[in-house]
Amino acid sequence: MIRQAPLAAAAIAAIIALLIGFAATASVEAVNFENARQESLYTDLLAELRCLVCANQSLSDSNADLAKDLRGKVRRMVADGRSREAIVDYMVERYGEFVLYRPRFSAATFFLWVAPFVLALAGFGFVAALARRKSQQVSPDPDTDARLQKARALIEDERHW
Amino acid sequence: MNRFIIPLLAFIVLVGFLGVGLTLKPRELPSPFIGKPAPAFSLPGLSPAQPAFNNRQMAGAVWLLNVWASWCVACRTEHPLLNQLAQTTTVPIVGLNYKDDAGDAAAWLRRFGNPYTHIPFDPRGNVGIEYGVYGVPETYLIDKNGIIRFKQIGPITPDILERELLPLIEKLRKEPA
Repeated sequence: MIRQAPLAAAAIAAIIALLIGFAATASVEAVNFENARQESLYTDLLAELRCLVCANQSLSDSNADLAKDLRGKVRRMVADGRSREAIVDYMVERYGEFVLYRPRFSAATFFLWVAPFVLALAGFGFVAALARRKSQQVSPDPDTDARLQKARALIEDERHW
Repeated sequence: MNRFIIPLLAFIVLVGFLGVGLTLKPRELPSPFIGKPAPAFSLPGLSPAQPAFNNRQMAGAVWLLNVWASWCVACRTEHPLLNQLAQTTTVPIVGLNYKDDAGDAAAWLRRFGNPYTHIPFDPRGNVGIEYGVYGVPETYLIDKNGIIRFKQIGPITPDILERELLPLIEKLRKEPA
């Protein structure tokens, strides 16, 4: 076991290096913004907007043509000084809530947001009810007290001898 | 017996949900555009000989906006239907040429026929983005007031044409401008 530790550490290091490598080679084109705030808004938005034609990739992950075009559109809107809300609204107006990885809280997405909490609560309730039933089952049987009493009486008797 | 019935019921419900899930088409997104005004645009024609197109010029008419490209294979299956529609009805079909090469597009029309009354040329796909196009072909039905009333993602099929598109065109034509 101890001898294998360096090997495992090396393997983990290799995996981490690979992951960093993948992240560094993401497909996003190099872009220049006037200021750092715009650049971070741009990268944030790309991570948050879904690519429409590739199942489950964000705009920043995808190499699809449409994703490139939409990246260009986001870049132009950011460079024009549009706010995050304005850009997100623009995308939702055209592609619907689907384009957002974090759908907004609305009547249509109500169950999407609330259901996990409701299910978790129901699960806790179920487990709690189960635990309570279990603890009630091992409760002492009624004549234990009587028997204890008898035992104590016997011990007392012994002492008197 | 009872302890098996609850998991069994849960399982049946789950299978029911999964069964319904199989029939849904996750790639066909509900268009948020239905009932909203068609975005304004103005583009040159496919060739210099053709007039520029501005969608304001269609005010007062019920018309179709068909997004197509010569590289789009599904457009080829849809095209005979558009040709037939152009011959049998008077509904104007505007063909937005999307992210295409002008020469390729013109050759494609010579080969497969041209059902379009106007062909706005959108080589960079900017108008496509305005219209939320994410798969070609897409077809929008726009009413006399410039409101999008129907959107077809992917090729129009004879069934959709007969059952949905034609009746809706008739209905919209009777609406006041």
